[in-house]
Amino acid sequence: MEKFENVSGVAAPMPLVNIDTDMIIPKQFLKTIKRSGLGANLFDEMRFTRDGAEIEDFVLNKPAYRKAEIIVAGENFGCGSSREHAPWALRDFGIKVVISTSYADIFYNNCFKNGILPVVLPKEAVDILMEDAERGENARITIDLDGQTVSATDGTEFKFEVDEFKKHCLMNGLDDIGLTMQKVKAIDSFEAEYAAKTPWA
Amino acid sequence: MSAPKTIYDKIWDAHVAHEAEDGTCLLYIDRHLVHEVTSPQAFEGLRMSGRTVRAPEKTIAVPDHNVPTTLGREDPETMPEDSRVQMAALDQNAKEFGIHYYPMNDVRQGIVHIVGPEQGWTLPGMTVVCGDSHTATHGAFGSLAHGIGTSEVEHVLATQTLIQKKSKNMKVEITGSLKPGVTAKDITMSVIGETGTAGGTGYVIEYCGQAIRELSMEGRMTVCNMAIEGGARAGLIAPDEKTYVYCKGRPHAPKGANWELALIAWKDLFTDEGAHFDKVITLKGEDIAPSVTWGTSPEDVLPIDALVPSPEDFEGGKIDAVRRSLDYMGLTPGTKLSDIEIDTVFIGSCTNGRIEDLRAAAGVLKGKKVKDGLRAMIVPGSGLVRAQAEEEGLADIFKDAGFEWRMAGCSMCLAMNPDQLAEGERCASTSNRNFEGRQGYKGRTHLVSPVMAAAAAITGKLTDIREFG
Repeated sequence: MEKFENVSGVAAPMPLVNIDTDMIIPKQFLKTIKRSGLGANLFDEMRFTRDGAEIEDFVLNKPAYRKAEIIVAGENFGCGSSREHAPWALRDFGIKVVISTSYADIFYNNCFKNGILPVVLPKEAVDILMEDAERGENARITIDLDGQTVSATDGTEFKFEVDEFKKHCLMNGLDDIGLTMQKVKAIDSFEAEYAAKTPWA
Repeated sequence: MSAPKTIYDKIWDAHVAHEAEDGTCLLYIDRHLVHEVTSPQAFEGLRMSGRTVRAPEKTIAVPDHNVPTTLGREDPETMPEDSRVQMAALDQNAKEFGIHYYPMNDVRQGIVHIVGPEQGWTLPGMTVVCGDSHTATHGAFGSLAHGIGTSEVEHVLATQTLIQKKSKNMKVEITGSLKPGVTAKDITMSVIGETGTAGGTGYVIEYCGQAIRELSMEGRMTVCNMAIEGGARAGLIAPDEKTYVYCKGRPHAPKGANWELALIAWKDLFTDEGAHFDKVITLKGEDIAPSVTWGTSPEDVLPIDALVPSPEDFEGGKIDAVRRSLDYMGLTPGTKLSDIEIDTVFIGSCTNGRIEDLRAAAGVLKGKKVKDGLRAMIVPGSGLVRAQAEEEGLADIFKDAGFEWRMAGCSMCLAMNPDQLAEGERCASTSNRNFEGRQGYKGRTHLVSPVMAAAAAITGKLTDIREFG
């Protein structure tokens, strides 16, 4: 995984609440056995008509947001299916940060495994950033993961919380499995003890 | 004496293989279920890094999401190319890594969350994961079960553990008994109506109370299945006699002395008196009505005798979401839900594709006919459910009524395979999600119980099962 670098750029406003993973990447694109190339179909049914033409008023089709690296979203972003194709599609499109008041658990975890930072902020802060994001190229939102801050264009700074371990992995581009493998002895001894206690399991 | 614990606390504590100073744990996994759609990239990751499956004997694979459900599906010519590729990848991965496997043509094949319990893989007190959000289903056995992403699938394959921090405890109590016509599906939808789709985020739910105890194992699976629609990663129910009876004698359930040992351990799987819950929701069983969704989020749910709401009935960001939902669903505020005409009925899915669901639907459909022009489909949850339904004569009732009688799979619940709604079609569905486009591009979904779906198939509109007969 690539190391997460600080991001400063245009943010696409998506105020709709409960944006689900079916919206982020509809099921017809889950038929792949690869992780790559899903950005072309990110938000497919909101972004394109049935015959493939762009829907002009969808935010990522507007000139200002076509290269957005940040999404500011309504609450409960990423609810629904566990499909990791959702963060794969976001990342492949170029999204590195999502900002919202809340996320569905599985989606939230999946983001960290794919170099995406899901920032949680209180509603008042998200409202200000949403308004900022509405100003297109006239706005610039900055995310500093190390300092755990999001800054609006005018410099207003919002502090966010993030799990230390997740932050560490994201900043250093670490592979979870490699880290867990370092604890293989603990797993071995747990497994042996557990098997003795629960021979049926 | 140690502090009182919830069932979740107990299962969690029994599975922590390693705990870091910041509370990040490696949680040991007892059962890892795998299907064709969210696993190919994980196996590919193993291959690329030269890793193996740590515990192939605890890993079970079955294709379900993308399999055709039409008769004669074993003919590869009838299968779309992309389905064939995913199926071939699962075949290959199961063989290469030596994991348990139920291929498409095995009678035991079916939806992963139906196959797990049916084969006795899912047992009380276990940790169960799968690259599918409806893994919560297995919580019905008093196991800690939840969905994971593909990176986590790879992590579990390689290490048999999951990196986790503990969730909070939430209690959902359903007191009293359900009234006639009200089912497990109505319980679980009503809870989501109460909490919202984010109400359970960060929690593991324990469902309890008399109405839950009175449910069969099938009903309990239906309740836990939709915990995720309320935002909770996992939902669980304390095991009892019904649980033991269900498990006993299943192919992979413990036998002999191991069964006796297991039983002793399982009897400790209850929440201690005085254990702490961070959130408590209580509903009266007798207040729960046959329910139906009207919008495009599972929280958009009302009793069947209610009216389609108006955006003005809501607050904040939900106002625009409801406006969008109603537009998508083609509904006008104030319309009686029981006046909404449908053109499709889907009975099946990991929520309601078990034998009890089929029996309930058959009870309504016996001697009746599907309304003219309506498309109705029953997709059993597994090959064994299908065989049992045929043996019990249910399949004949469905076919006589005019239902299509399909092979097992996820089918129109997520519509990855050709079982889809066409643009503008409206479906009464026993599945679990009514998202935009879920059952087909611009398709419209109303989530209901199996008896409500069966009644709707006969009348051609959403129907109050209590007034149907």
